[in-house]
Amino acid sequence: MSKTVPILIASIVGFIMIVANFSPPLLPVRQIAEDWFTIVATIAMMLGGANLCLHHLKKISDREAGWGFSTVTLLSFFITIAVGLLKVGAVPESEQQLKFAWSGPFQQEGSGFWWIYQYLFSPIVSTMFALLAFYVASAAFRAFRAKNVEAILLLLTALIVLVGQTRDREITSLFLPPPVEGALPYFPIADLTEFIRKTFVTAGQRAIMIGIALGVVATSLRILLGLDRSYLGGDE
Amino acid sequence: MNRETRFWTAMFLGGCLLLAFQSLGTERGVGQQFVVRVDATTGKIIPAAKEASDVSAAVKTVIYEPAAKGDPEAIWSFSRTAGIWIAALLTLCIFSYLYRDNVFYKLAESIIVGVSAGYWIVTNFWEVLVAKVLVKLAPDVARYAFLPDTPTNVKADYLYLVPVVLGCMVFCRLIPKIAWMGRWPLAFVVGTTAGLKLTSFLDADFVRQIRSTVLPLVVFSADASGGSALDWKQSIQNIVIVISVLSCVTYFYFSVEHKGLVGRISRVGIWVLMISFGASFALTVMGRITLLTMRLQFLFDEWLGLVRI
Repeated sequence: MSKTVPILIASIVGFIMIVANFSPPLLPVRQIAEDWFTIVATIAMMLGGANLCLHHLKKISDREAGWGFSTVTLLSFFITIAVGLLKVGAVPESEQQLKFAWSGPFQQEGSGFWWIYQYLFSPIVSTMFALLAFYVASAAFRAFRAKNVEAILLLLTALIVLVGQTRDREITSLFLPPPVEGALPYFPIADLTEFIRKTFVTAGQRAIMIGIALGVVATSLRILLGLDRSYLGGDE
Repeated sequence: MNRETRFWTAMFLGGCLLLAFQSLGTERGVGQQFVVRVDATTGKIIPAAKEASDVSAAVKTVIYEPAAKGDPEAIWSFSRTAGIWIAALLTLCIFSYLYRDNVFYKLAESIIVGVSAGYWIVTNFWEVLVAKVLVKLAPDVARYAFLPDTPTNVKADYLYLVPVVLGCMVFCRLIPKIAWMGRWPLAFVVGTTAGLKLTSFLDADFVRQIRSTVLPLVVFSADASGGSALDWKQSIQNIVIVISVLSCVTYFYFSVEHKGLVGRISRVGIWVLMISFGASFALTVMGRITLLTMRLQFLFDEWLGLVRI
């Protein structure tokens, strides 16, 4: 019961999705299942939120190292939820919506939730990604060594594409006279970058995509046929 | 006080002095934000001279839009100015990790964990639980309370109780005795994903990719005189794509030992993949540098006002 029912649910729903893809009358069923999937996943996200609270509350009650940061996490979590759910600062946008106090969009410019996104969420996330510029450069400096053909190809391509992305990419150089108007550049780095992107990058990505697609199909079939049950976890 | 502490204290004091000078000694100030008040129902700008109490009495709903400092109708915005300051300080907190892991970085990290979890929960609440579940189960309540634009002819669809019940069963995982019931919604999610992905990946990432690779190796295009001429650029491009894809796929084919002809073709495949990874690496680095530039632009332009971009 504890494992048979979930396997049946997964198989039936999965095969309905596949059959619906090939039979137009069943397309609404597919749409409904997609909606249901979104709803279940959303409620599951609430479980994630509950787990986050339990984890940090335990850290605080046990006075574990760094419990102060757990307090900050919980505070920011609850403040964000309160501001977003109560639509703090959001106002109705039209005459017709005036009698409905909560009708303003929750992400309306100027509302509390917009403020949290604009001044907390967005700057921290983009700065964290920006930090990677330093670490990628540092890791590349340590790891990249032109010791064989493959490494040389990788380094050379990276260099060409990096220069090709810059604004002054047509290298005129200090020792070469400027190119004549209308003539080909000394080193057509922009064209070369474009050629690499259109051919080698496309081909490499395409081969990887074909491999991934085959892997996804095989894994999906194993799940739908009940051969792969790892998603059910251990015995409880 | 050791040398390192002295250095960082001096840096901190220097930064504070710079901020104080920039705030008090320059016309632009630091992170000053201005807005204009707009009547949401009519779209008209409310004059800056009008008092807030008069505005709330005369106008039913007011929204605020960003404005330049010199705008005659602009008023200073406390919330947006505070927002710029907080965003700038949090940006500096994250950058402080470049020196080493420290309390400021951990503080920003804790804030983002809480805020991002809350952000996605709120977004999903309004966009899924209200817009999809409540509208389907109780359209009148949804129209009255949250979404006045919900059509009046929408009827309740109680079939949507099924995903709600399934979703609530997820919480069974928190109770050890009935934790096994938590597998049912998980099975639903896994089964739906498997069914959807199987067909979509097979279509988009397998069939279409193969179809896009079947290209003419010799391409002719119309020239200026109306005849056709060999388009050598496109021809070379197509030949390179076909050979590259075939060699890469050969490299990923592990059922045959990579020896002899297969070995040589798969070696070409490795070269193509290396070129592809090199280009992807360069594009990633450029993307990150662009983000870094944007953050620095925010600090030096929007916050400190030291540069004009």
